[in-house]
Amino acid sequence: MIPATFNYFRPHSIEEALLLLRQGEAAKILAGGQSLIPMMKFRVVEPKTLIDLQGVPELAHVMWAGGHCTVGALTTHASLAADADVRRKAGVLWDAANALGDPQVRNLGTIGGACSHADPSADYPAVMLALDACFIVAGEKTREVAAADFFKGTFETALGESEILTKITFDAAAHSAYVKLEHPASHYALVGVAAVLVMSRDTIEDARIAIGGLADAPFRAGGVERRLRGIKGNDGAAIKAACTGAVTGQDVRSDVEASAAYRTAMADVIAARAVGAATRPR
Amino acid sequence: MGRIELEVNGTRHELEGVEPRLLLVHFLRERLALTGTHIGCDTSSCGACTVLLDGKAVKSCTMFALQADGRAVTTIEGIGSSAELHPMQEAFWAQHGLQCGYCTTGMILSAIDLLRRNPDPDEVEIRTGLEGNLCRCTGYENIVKAVRAAAAAMAAAQPVREAGEPPKSPGELLEVGGSR
Amino acid sequence: MAAVRLVGTPVRRREDPRLITGRATYVDDVKLVGMVHAAFIRSPYAHAKIVRVDLAKAKAHAGVLAAFSGADLHAAGMTASLPVAHKMPDLKTPPHYPLAVDEVRFVGEAVAVLIANDPYIARDAAELVEVEYDELPIVVEVEKAMAPGAPLVHASLGTNVAYAMPLRAGDPDGAFASADVVVKQRLVNQRLAPVPIETRGVVAQWDAGAGRVTLYSSTQIPHLLRTQLSLILGLPETNVRAIAPEVGGGFGSKLNVYAEEAVAAWLAMRLGRPVKWSETRSECFQAMIHGRDQIADCEIAAKRDGTIVGLRARILANLGAYHQLLTPVIPTLTVLMAPGPYRIANVDLEVTGVFTNTMSTDAYRGAGRPEATYLIERLMDLVARKLGADPADVRRRNFIEPSAFPFTTATGLTYDSGDYAKTMEKALQLADYPGVRARQAALRAEGRYLGIGLSTYVEVCGMGPSAAMPAAGWDSATIRVEPTGSVTVLTGISPHGQGEETTFAQLVADELGVAIDDIAVVHGDTDRVQYGVGTFGSRGTAVGGAALKLAIETIQAKAIKIAAHRWGADPADLEYRDGKIGLRGDPSKAMTTAEAGFLAFMGDQLPPGLEPGLDATRRFEPPNFVYPFGTHVCVVEVDAETGKVSVERYVAVDDCGNVLNPMIVEGQVHGGIAQGMAQALYEEVVYDEYGQLLTGSLMDYAVPRAEQLPHFDLDRTVTPTSVNPLGVKGVGEAGTIGATPAVVNAVLDALAPFGVEHIDMPLRPEKLWKAMGTRSNGKVSV
Repeated sequence: MIPATFNYFRPHSIEEALLLLRQGEAAKILAGGQSLIPMMKFRVVEPKTLIDLQGVPELAHVMWAGGHCTVGALTTHASLAADADVRRKAGVLWDAANALGDPQVRNLGTIGGACSHADPSADYPAVMLALDACFIVAGEKTREVAAADFFKGTFETALGESEILTKITFDAAAHSAYVKLEHPASHYALVGVAAVLVMSRDTIEDARIAIGGLADAPFRAGGVERRLRGIKGNDGAAIKAACTGAVTGQDVRSDVEASAAYRTAMADVIAARAVGAATRPR
Repeated sequence: MGRIELEVNGTRHELEGVEPRLLLVHFLRERLALTGTHIGCDTSSCGACTVLLDGKAVKSCTMFALQADGRAVTTIEGIGSSAELHPMQEAFWAQHGLQCGYCTTGMILSAIDLLRRNPDPDEVEIRTGLEGNLCRCTGYENIVKAVRAAAAAMAAAQPVREAGEPPKSPGELLEVGGSR
Repeated sequence: MAAVRLVGTPVRRREDPRLITGRATYVDDVKLVGMVHAAFIRSPYAHAKIVRVDLAKAKAHAGVLAAFSGADLHAAGMTASLPVAHKMPDLKTPPHYPLAVDEVRFVGEAVAVLIANDPYIARDAAELVEVEYDELPIVVEVEKAMAPGAPLVHASLGTNVAYAMPLRAGDPDGAFASADVVVKQRLVNQRLAPVPIETRGVVAQWDAGAGRVTLYSSTQIPHLLRTQLSLILGLPETNVRAIAPEVGGGFGSKLNVYAEEAVAAWLAMRLGRPVKWSETRSECFQAMIHGRDQIADCEIAAKRDGTIVGLRARILANLGAYHQLLTPVIPTLTVLMAPGPYRIANVDLEVTGVFTNTMSTDAYRGAGRPEATYLIERLMDLVARKLGADPADVRRRNFIEPSAFPFTTATGLTYDSGDYAKTMEKALQLADYPGVRARQAALRAEGRYLGIGLSTYVEVCGMGPSAAMPAAGWDSATIRVEPTGSVTVLTGISPHGQGEETTFAQLVADELGVAIDDIAVVHGDTDRVQYGVGTFGSRGTAVGGAALKLAIETIQAKAIKIAAHRWGADPADLEYRDGKIGLRGDPSKAMTTAEAGFLAFMGDQLPPGLEPGLDATRRFEPPNFVYPFGTHVCVVEVDAETGKVSVERYVAVDDCGNVLNPMIVEGQVHGGIAQGMAQALYEEVVYDEYGQLLTGSLMDYAVPRAEQLPHFDLDRTVTPTSVNPLGVKGVGEAGTIGATPAVVNAVLDALAPFGVEHIDMPLRPEKLWKAMGTRSNGKVSV
């Protein structure tokens, strides 16, 4: 499988990249390439201009300031997966970074690339939603987009044609976890649930539960979040009960591996497991 | 057409006329005649094309050659020869970790990357650590054995830095700043 | 020199140094001067008339040398059909052209080919080919294909049924009438993709001066390929050379003669340039043969004590759109092996082969026998369940006892040797069967579902006597003792991972007293090696190794004559001892094979009438198949919430007769189990009702990764065979045959509390979850 021809650029700054993006014909940003290149090989995507961001190394970083984290868009999954602070302070992200793809994909693939790609079966979108992350987008002017507004649908985000995702910021989430039921071939999530809890001693005070893999875009399970409030973290039965009926009013995907009914039912099971994992210390 | 400067198996190469769409795997196989890197799929699934990029395992079918500009690539030909095998190659041989051999070169490089991240993996960690590589012949039984044997051999050859350190210890693996 | 015997020991593979260092040469590594690259244009429709193939734009693309449609090939005289080997008088055999001429019959069928200087350009140009199709009605499922008024895959045949093979023996109707219990069950062996990690590939070269074509191909059968190519291309067979270089896995999928091989050779001749084609994985899923795909309606009759008295099965085999080399033959093996390791005198069986608008099915590891074993082993468990008996007890009661061999089955096969109970008792002991049963009971009380599955199999392999499979029964070996004492072995088999470069050298080293490093085992080149059949059907050692044993004996006999002449002794007083020629009663006399070989080379030291040189070519014609057997035990736990299966323990006790290299034998079993387990749990080729392949990539088709498979505990018993002089049986397919039912039986044992009797493979979590949900305490889930 061989991609169609394109022009390749490697800018050395975001400004240069933005200029190329505005001027280039059918331009696409190349980050780690782990989703884009396979699609180009099948000629599902045929950019005429490819802008490789690896010449902008300042986009790869993880910085903590107090309880607030900024992750550069070019940070690889592997570096997140090996980051002790991320594990301790944002377990939900650490789990997803370890669970997605495979080691080779994680060594090249980036968080910004994966989020911009917005594959409905990918792991990060639900995580970002549960973290209530903020996406810093460079373009004509820099703007901030909340995760809830960023993921629009299948391969569809709030990014404009001439915009580049540069950073993602979120607050520490000490009680958080991501659990997924994996497709046996692709590693993608049949159902993935990201849970971020606010715990007071051993009681769940608040929760943000986001579900991915099911619909065109990840969504919050508001009912589950409400029902979880006040439940003891070690009360497995109560957590299960709270997670029952996690999916309502969604157009759930169906394929050879898993029907909509199964995915819907598994969302409850996986949500309970994710919440359970989030209550436990990392 | 692009120009590329990179190091492959310790040798510097400067090549002109590299088509931007040229995949790294084809560059290695066709331009440099390093045919030990194999192609087994078109979806980045099988791992037969695995090489080390600046020491980390990547799939060379899912990378353009130009992306490797300024970087160091190690292929199976670069880690050992029949006369002087890498401990991982030796272990695959001794433990019968291969049959047809087609996935083997990528599997060996992935296993080397696994031991870089986790020098003393248990069976479960080896199995999950090799999730980017498919083998159709061995059922992985002897591949797992080989990786354990190689880990032991490499540990014996090199004193362990922090004895008793749990696997995937974050401090040891912390890499702020991404891949570059 | 050969004081330490190598046979029976885990000698490290001599193949490996080149493989682990990346210095082996697979087809895709072959690069010839002036080589050009082919790309095939394939049908996106499962059934359609080809209205128009427009190659003009592609031909005009810079870097494209030529392009041809199926009609172009026909017009150029390339009108031969691809071969099918069979012995069925009434088999319907529609034409199968390398490129479709006027109609396409499955998604992925090649309709045109183009050739360019570079594979990238070939791919670009392929986008420019315009093919206009007129869609025809499609039939994908066998039962629909057999229904009256069904769309016809080949209109000229007037039916989709290619053949029906009934087999009745004993008094099945009487047996069923007198039975205490009858169990009926439909059992499906889903379609699988072989997925060798190396896809197909060819390089064809035309030597215009010599008028010869050379085809490098990733094949298991270089000689059969040469013969068929000579027929297809109309060249004398001496002007065709087939080379199987390093081959990256086959599992039966490369036991074939493919369209692309024929077209590449034709193109090389036509263009006078070496032509390479490297298959993409996507093409491989569409256009490499598939395996299995049988629906069997089964009935088994038993007495209250568990004695099986009768077996009925109506098997529908989905052949796909065309016959490939062994397409119609494979399902017949299912019928022949239907009774398994049990005494079942009364059988009423029938297999019907049916064409559909899908890729052809053909040999995939086990080829017909995994299907048979799955049927009988599932049925044994169902009988046990119905009788409330232990599945092990029901098997014990029905095994053919060791004293009964050779045993002729109701289906007409003669099993050579066996001790089925022995492998089962050993496997049960290793798995701690009573202990696991106790744990199962305890866990059930906690709402956890552990299951234990057994499978005792016997398989037919060592393909095979020529009486059963003409032109593919025997195999050959040549031994040449070179003047300096090194030994060249030329084997007619074509190993691709099975390790005969090592095991055959072990045998020669022991028997001829030659250092293993002085032995070269050569295979896979029709110009270098005498005619042979190839590697498939677990025949490499059982047939090819047996031929080698005969060649060793011939070498030894001649070496003895040479030594006797040298010593002035009677050849009858000489013998080979520990790899050396010795004189009975005189321990001071000894001669190595190398010394005898040197004398044979010098020529002036030979007895009158004895030709110079020390070499021999022998062929082995097996008098029968061989029948390896074994018992596999699988322990699983099913996650009650998700339906996900975890394999907790896997024990396999196999018996493949004598063993040349236990390490290699175990490796074969490991790989076999992995593929058998994959059928049980993960893999399925799915076509939708339009004949579109839904599992066309490794992102959809779940070839298991390391983390999806467990550790395997292996053991062996040794029951030699007298079918060949080595006493070996085959082991390449045994693991696959044993594993599938062991896993499925374990899962259904786990789900017994839910009253679930059967679930078709693959046992996807959703199916188990559904089964548990709909039957448990009225809590209906879907």
